[in-house]
Amino acid sequence: MSISEFSYSAIPADAEQLRAAVRAFLQDVLHDYPAEKRAYSWMGFDAEFSRLLGKKGWLGMALPKQYGGAEASPFSRYVIIEELLAAGAPVSAHWIADRQSAPLILRFGTEAQREKYLPSICRGESYFCIGMSEPNSGSDLASIRSTAKRANGGWVLDGQKVWTTNAQHSHYMIALMRTGDKETSGRHGGMSQFIIDLQTPGITIRPIADLAGGEHFNEVFFDSVQLGEDALIGEEGRGWDQVTAELAFERSGPERFLSSIAVIHTAIAAIGPHPDAFQAREIGKITARLLTLRNMSLGVTKQLSEGKNPAWAASCVKDLGNVLEQELPEILQGVVDEQPQVVGGSAHAKVLAYLTQMAPSFSLRGGTREILRGIIARGLGLR
Amino acid sequence: MRELFESTIERVLSDLCTSDLLREAESGEWPVALWRTLEDNGFPLAGAPEMAGGADACWSDLFVIIRALGRFVAPVPLAEMIVGNWLLEQSGLNARSDILSIASESNLTLVGARVSGELRQVPWGRFADSVVTLANDEAGQLNVVLLDVATAERVRQGTNIASEARDQLSFSSAAIVMSALLPAHLDGDVLLAAGAMVRSAQISGAINELLVMTASYAGERKQFGKPIAAFQAIQQQLAVLAEQAAAASVAAEAAFAGADQGIPTFSVAAAKISASDAASQAAAIGHSVHGAIGFTQEYALHNLTRRLWSWRSEFGSSTFWSKALGKHVCAAGAEGFWPMLTNPELQNLSITQK
Repeated sequence: MSISEFSYSAIPADAEQLRAAVRAFLQDVLHDYPAEKRAYSWMGFDAEFSRLLGKKGWLGMALPKQYGGAEASPFSRYVIIEELLAAGAPVSAHWIADRQSAPLILRFGTEAQREKYLPSICRGESYFCIGMSEPNSGSDLASIRSTAKRANGGWVLDGQKVWTTNAQHSHYMIALMRTGDKETSGRHGGMSQFIIDLQTPGITIRPIADLAGGEHFNEVFFDSVQLGEDALIGEEGRGWDQVTAELAFERSGPERFLSSIAVIHTAIAAIGPHPDAFQAREIGKITARLLTLRNMSLGVTKQLSEGKNPAWAASCVKDLGNVLEQELPEILQGVVDEQPQVVGGSAHAKVLAYLTQMAPSFSLRGGTREILRGIIARGLGLR
Repeated sequence: MRELFESTIERVLSDLCTSDLLREAESGEWPVALWRTLEDNGFPLAGAPEMAGGADACWSDLFVIIRALGRFVAPVPLAEMIVGNWLLEQSGLNARSDILSIASESNLTLVGARVSGELRQVPWGRFADSVVTLANDEAGQLNVVLLDVATAERVRQGTNIASEARDQLSFSSAAIVMSALLPAHLDGDVLLAAGAMVRSAQISGAINELLVMTASYAGERKQFGKPIAAFQAIQQQLAVLAEQAAAASVAAEAAFAGADQGIPTFSVAAAKISASDAASQAAAIGHSVHGAIGFTQEYALHNLTRRLWSWRSEFGSSTFWSKALGKHVCAAGAEGFWPMLTNPELQNLSITQK
């Protein structure tokens, strides 16, 4: 690993061109969307909004045209998603499908799977969730115990997933399941990925309320769930490698440092145009951190666009980004004399109340701080 | 060009910037051989036009030279000279080949062809032949002026934490070498911003070297029967150090990438804040992982950390730039925040009010 791999990359002009259109669209569609809802960031669910984006051609943009994509560069997609996040648009319905399920299906899927799933993702009509964590397998993902076994020319699934965001609203789950014996196939072998239609009999989904009162997480139970041969995505036994490839997409995007941008907006509005020295210092420092993270994230996007798998660089973006996202409500509750309020109070007070409670999740989802730092340490050759 | 610059300067500096040379420089000696080699390789004029004997390098190319100066903590004003020559050329004046420094802190007044006033914190001032700075003329306009250090009435020596010369030069009706009005496309904060930009690159180079040195030490040093790098507590600290190295480097490179149309003060502010804060964290982790040996003069860690502690404050600290940036951002309001962040044309931060 070398820091010079982490180089700055500007957004190309053809991608930058998209910004004005998406910004105008968002101003139009979200003109009366309140700050406390914008604070939901990529947890705000609105299927109607997702279909509107699909009509605009802003979903699955990087996919080939034959599957409904635009064959746009990753930077084009970057411009669209950072504008959506900055505006606090309700993108949750299609978020996982657009970010990682579609690239995964394109890369590892059969032609039939691509034709079956990709066009409806591009239209903003089919939504995916990710089945990775289990009750006893969090950071130690390789210890999963849910199984998929071959039977009757297909597969039978048993077990349980947990902390599955949006499972209750999604059409499909892409799940990592054990297909081989842990003892004989090695620590990272014996696992495979499956596309699971969540309407299949034998699946039970139970939402879990979080401390802010929302229901994003779910428990998902599999009880002798019968799936066809074509539920397997990619190669049997190569699930771990596929998941690892997926994670670089999952960890370096702007949603890893923009989750709390709503509170920057409300804080600046509350401070007004003439900040005192303390307020100016805090806002200035936040601005610098955000700009630097964006430049780092663009650097990783460049590497991904060249077909590289910059795992440690993506982990740097996510860890530094999560630290910022978590610190924002901490810092900004101290810059103006307003108390966080769930009911009543100003926009800043409401957004503070929400993000203060959501912040602990930012360094859990997508890999904990310690796991990310472990990946960076491996990149440094320490382990 | 960028690759050639980088490999050449890394070779020169790794040969010549030894611990012995640094020790001599800190005791007040000018590194004659090092400077001559840098001159022989054309670095002081790298950014100057070919007609002036330069290589006509753009700022993105110059970035790797200046980052390397930080990595090897070269005790010479090469970064300052590249900035000085760039400003002279921008102002229609000829680049210099004798030793040149810059002064961003000055209160000079220009009357006719003579200046009076003080330059503060001039990097390597006592060793420079001349200094580029700005001076107000009688009409209240800013001029780029080149001053001969020998015409200073007094040179008051100062040093930073790493014993690098940061001198105060006083002039009393001294004849200038040359001058020109500050061109309209440049701002009165140009030397402060350019200085902050090059220090950000130097800081990123030094943090990168600190990371290599610290990771390597952790792999060799054994306690409890194994290298300390095998302990998660150490691995996590080194991961944070790597993140800070990456952040400082990308932030500095982004500022350089926008500099060919004039120093982009907004990105420079972000770069200097990111690099300065990274310097603080990196130095602390470097010392923490090295333990007692890192606290000795004998071991080379301090060559990096004492410079990081100095450079983070030079040409504006993290707090200085944060206050300026925050004031600017708040004035644009919440609605203006994101558009400003994503469009350099909306960023126009200025430290001096024209």
